[in-house]
Amino acid sequence: MRRLLIGIALGFMALFVVVPLATVFASAFRDGISAYVHALGDSEARSAIKLTLLVAAIAVPCNVVFGLAAAWAITRFQFPGKRVLVTVIDLPFAVSPVIAGMLFVLLFGARGWFPGSHIVFAVPGIVMVTTFVTVPFVARELIPALEARGPAQELAALTLGASPWQTFWRVTLPNVKLSLVYGAILCTARAVGEFGAVSVVSGHIRGETNTVPLHVEILYNDFHYQAAFAVATVLVWIALATLVIEQALRWRMRRRR
Amino acid sequence: MQVEIEALSKAFGEYPALDAVTLTIPEGELVALLGPSGSGKTTLLRAIAGIEVPEAGRVKFGGIDVTEVPIQRRQIGFVFQDYALFEHMNVGDNIAFGLSVRRAPREEIAARVRELLALIQLDGLAGRMPRELSGGQRQRVALARALAPRPRLLLLDEPFGALDARVRRELRRWLRRLHDELHITSVFVTHDQDEAFAVADRVAVMNQGRVEQVGTPADVRGQPATAFVREFLDVQE
Repeated sequence: MRRLLIGIALGFMALFVVVPLATVFASAFRDGISAYVHALGDSEARSAIKLTLLVAAIAVPCNVVFGLAAAWAITRFQFPGKRVLVTVIDLPFAVSPVIAGMLFVLLFGARGWFPGSHIVFAVPGIVMVTTFVTVPFVARELIPALEARGPAQELAALTLGASPWQTFWRVTLPNVKLSLVYGAILCTARAVGEFGAVSVVSGHIRGETNTVPLHVEILYNDFHYQAAFAVATVLVWIALATLVIEQALRWRMRRRR
Repeated sequence: MQVEIEALSKAFGEYPALDAVTLTIPEGELVALLGPSGSGKTTLLRAIAGIEVPEAGRVKFGGIDVTEVPIQRRQIGFVFQDYALFEHMNVGDNIAFGLSVRRAPREEIAARVRELLALIQLDGLAGRMPRELSGGQRQRVALARALAPRPRLLLLDEPFGALDARVRRELRRWLRRLHDELHITSVFVTHDQDEAFAVADRVAVMNQGRVEQVGTPADVRGQPATAFVREFLDVQE
């Protein structure tokens, strides 16, 4: 039984994660390291990487702040519209990313409600649509963590004379730090990897509104297979970097105890 | 500091948790709120602390109306039933919390923490995390944390509820001695009459959101004022 379970877990991981990942790297380095470096040094590739990092650098903090506020409000207060808020947080998971992109085109496009706003087919639209599709991650991690702890420690802090802000920074936040970091990592992964929604609002202007996933597709469709895989490895590096940051934070927290 | 509760009412939905409760906690006394579960004793304690907001009635501290004063400005110490220690802080930081949020000087905080660790007989355990402590130790840390900022009033919710019988008796005696030393006005909630009578100067027996009788342990035991009090005391004996 034990062997079977471990076998299934390892076999599945190997087949669906390790093999494809290895293929990406094998194809990226197929023509040697210099070809790999050359593909990443290309000006369009560099601008795609920059745009992707910029988008993540805006979308992730926005969702960390929103996720904290929403999760705290939902788990600690009663207010009208609370159940609607809980449902709306999940909406971006329920809606197809392509539809999400089209929503923004409908709102801000040439025939939309705010025509001439230079949002769609430009960087602001990409940031907005990425923020939209990554809304649930942080809040979804924090709500169960805050619920499990309950308000007792926060009430204790208040009886000891702490202001609500002091209570938040010194009691609430440290208690859910790991959940917050995990939510932010999932959020980052999705923000840098999002294809469908971004594809709809981007307009595919090379060197201007192409993110890494969009650029990979363009290269692939142009039969630049090696370059496509080389740029794709950037997403793997970003994912690895966030995981390293997570582990470092965990390590620091454990050491402080 | 004397605490006056005047016609305090609070309902949870249809269910009245407090029904026009009036009660005076005299300065420097240790008062027990005794009653079965659902009698409103914990709600009353939390209303005194400001955790529950009453629908009607007033709470006065030393003659001053504090009904609208938020929890953090009431200068109280509250010991929660499950202690609610800050799990991410060590014992010393837990005890120091009430002083450090007031931005007290570092040396003053350190001295006060040492003093309290000695008082609760846990010297040398300042660096432990709460989860490394026994139930009785956690209890005492919670008490030291509540006492650290020198509150005007100490409130304890079933302070011995989660402990085994032996530790319980020990802590009971210890709390009584502590009160005789500090003379801080204190209120504790219990469903155990032995506990109430053994520790408190005065016992308020509660039932269905009302105070049935208030008096010294001898008074209440000797002359139960209502049928409920007589029955409640009999049932347990």
